[in-house]
Amino acid sequence: MREASLDRLKAFLTLLPSMILVGVFVYGFIGNTIWTSMTDWGGSGALALEPEKNFIGLANYVDLFTGFLGGGFRQDLVNAVYYSVMLLVGAVGLGMFIAILLDQKPKGEDLLRTIFLYPMSLSFIVSGTIWRWLLAPQGGVNVLPTYVGLEPLTFSWLSSQASILVFNWQDILRILLYLVSFVLILIGLFAMRKDTGKAMKRWLVPGIVIGACVWLFGSLIPDAYMMEEEHGFNMATLGIIMATIWQYSGYTMALYLAGFNGISQDLRDAAMLDGASEVGYYRYIAIPMLKPITISAVIILSHISLKMFDLVFAMTGPDNAETGHPALNMYLTTFRANDFAQGAAIAIVLFLVAAMFIVPYLVSQYRQRGRR
Amino acid sequence: MKGFAKLLLVFAAVLLLGAPQVSQADELAGDLEIFSWWAGDEGPALAALIDIYKNQHPNVNVINATVTGGSGVNAKAVLKTRMLGGEPPDSFQVHAGQELIGTWVQADRMEDLTPLFKEQGWMDVFPEGVIKLIGTDKGIWSVPVNIHRSNVMWYVPANLKKWGIEPPKTWDDFFAAADTLKAAGVIPLSLAQNWTANHLWESVALAALGADNWNALWSGKLAFDSPEGVKAWELFGRVLEYTNADASSLSWQQATDMVIDGRAAFNIMGDWAAGYMSTTKKLAPGTGYGWIASPATGGQFMFLADSFGLPKGSPHRDNAIAWLKVLGSKEGSDTFNPLKGSISARTDSDLSKYNKYLQSAAADFSQDQVVGSLAHGVAANETFMGGFASVMEMFLKSKNATAAAKACQQLADKAGM
Repeated sequence: MREASLDRLKAFLTLLPSMILVGVFVYGFIGNTIWTSMTDWGGSGALALEPEKNFIGLANYVDLFTGFLGGGFRQDLVNAVYYSVMLLVGAVGLGMFIAILLDQKPKGEDLLRTIFLYPMSLSFIVSGTIWRWLLAPQGGVNVLPTYVGLEPLTFSWLSSQASILVFNWQDILRILLYLVSFVLILIGLFAMRKDTGKAMKRWLVPGIVIGACVWLFGSLIPDAYMMEEEHGFNMATLGIIMATIWQYSGYTMALYLAGFNGISQDLRDAAMLDGASEVGYYRYIAIPMLKPITISAVIILSHISLKMFDLVFAMTGPDNAETGHPALNMYLTTFRANDFAQGAAIAIVLFLVAAMFIVPYLVSQYRQRGRR
Repeated sequence: MKGFAKLLLVFAAVLLLGAPQVSQADELAGDLEIFSWWAGDEGPALAALIDIYKNQHPNVNVINATVTGGSGVNAKAVLKTRMLGGEPPDSFQVHAGQELIGTWVQADRMEDLTPLFKEQGWMDVFPEGVIKLIGTDKGIWSVPVNIHRSNVMWYVPANLKKWGIEPPKTWDDFFAAADTLKAAGVIPLSLAQNWTANHLWESVALAALGADNWNALWSGKLAFDSPEGVKAWELFGRVLEYTNADASSLSWQQATDMVIDGRAAFNIMGDWAAGYMSTTKKLAPGTGYGWIASPATGGQFMFLADSFGLPKGSPHRDNAIAWLKVLGSKEGSDTFNPLKGSISARTDSDLSKYNKYLQSAAADFSQDQVVGSLAHGVAANETFMGGFASVMEMFLKSKNATAAAKACQQLADKAGM
């Protein structure tokens, strides 16, 4: 008994320095950033030795989401959503596909694996510059057809001004509620298989009620912004998304390949004996078994997509409304416009979005451990 | 023994006599750290200045702390972290005007250079208009080393002759010529990435507002969302219709190339474009390429200047002041500017050292009305400029003149102008 408590004390003392350091340099700084985001630190005199800071509450956040000058930030936020979705779908999908191909043990698998993983080792600035040249409007891939005597392509990967899926920022609250109702109904439909009654009560009915309410009484919901302001998926971001997928699909491939190799050969043989096809084996056995890998890939890629900075910087430059990203905007607001409070507010918004991805994951991890 | 003592005595006397003389020639020693963003094409010009300094003060160890990146994009961020961390360089480069005043002077981080200006007689050799723009009622804040002009329209005379058009004196002339050009499959005005749109905007706005209203705008006497301000954005929107669609992925050099290649007729860019065309492209000023003040801004010289200031707490203050003296001197100015492709801020510079374009710019500078550039830091502080870039982004997308004008006014309020 005494020995055990001594051990505990030792463990505590060993951990203490890192606890203090993490407390100050991670949580303390997060706290400081939150505090800064609620002050008016910015404008003239922002760089004085003792700058004047006054508490102004949530005004910076209100400015970002509904203010006149926050338009750029709102487009960046929309871009970030598209970047995240595309990167997840693209990198996880492509990585999984390559891993399945390599799992067939083709000749020279080692070499191929190295080739696919290689982009990961390049810095974003380098790969961004390469891709910028490749996708330039009057060069790179667009001149390829001229080598066989055809007209050059005019596809503008990085400078297109067209956008699709355009919506009005005025309606953002309505759109979000529709999205909530859609997700609830979707979860409900999946849960139907297990327990119909619970699925109806917990997911389907609330989802349908919310959807119907917004549809019927949507005009009662206040506008988020005083005038029309359109945001959408800019075609100019296509090139950047492509480069990001190129860079990260090798990484997800490595994750999946390790997973596939970890599945015992016996299981595969057994499945084959039962008459499973190749497709069936991956569809019903291998991929479901790798769910933890999929989840960690999604977590890692989603926070990478929220930190996108250097690739955008290298490919389309800092001042491009079409391809902007909140992380870039934060840097420019803080260190170019000297608006420290506003920059801190953008940082906190990004922090909250990242938390949205990671907190559910952490919670489910703790729950699993508790069950064991 | 006696002989040795005598020898010592003589030796000491020689030392006593000699020492003051040596230290008079060279009283400065230690380090001098010069912080700038002049690398690449601009590096040799800076090196020439450092050479002059080293000849005058051989005992000073000059540290050339250059952070690369055009227009100081990276250098400014590095400078900010250094200044906030209490580690200022001895002297740093900054765009003259509000970029310095609205940021570092407002924050009380700079030393007043008025005594230096008086001591060196610079009050008489620098034009009054320039001194007004780099100073406030509390003092003068930087030593300008060069003057660039921002409102210049570039073209290739042979091409214009081929298409049968004249360089436009007003925007109406331009619009008339633009339709002819479009019919011939030529882009009337080439444009590059975002900051060049800011650059184009200031030339168009100066044309729409006139110099007096332009100055009134920055001193807070004219609102951005006044009818005049909105008109500037409307004219800018019309001009944009005649530019290339792939602008956002081009550098300013590529936009200039479009004019040289004959794919575009005109380009509005600062006069560093003249340096690019003469030095890199080997075109002769006047025949290979031509220039005119951007439409409806004849008689107005929109200037920007690189300058050096003296931060409070500079670790080697005396060395830094000696450096500023070199920068402001006639010798320093006339060594630096022909290499950099700019003109001297001094009125007494030796024009025979400059090429044909620079001579014409110097002539304009001495007689035109001088106004400050927005895109290059003279007219407004960094808070406004940072926000203006995002207003411009939104305008390029929405083309909504009223909204852009209103956003500018909000921005001006926020930036305390």
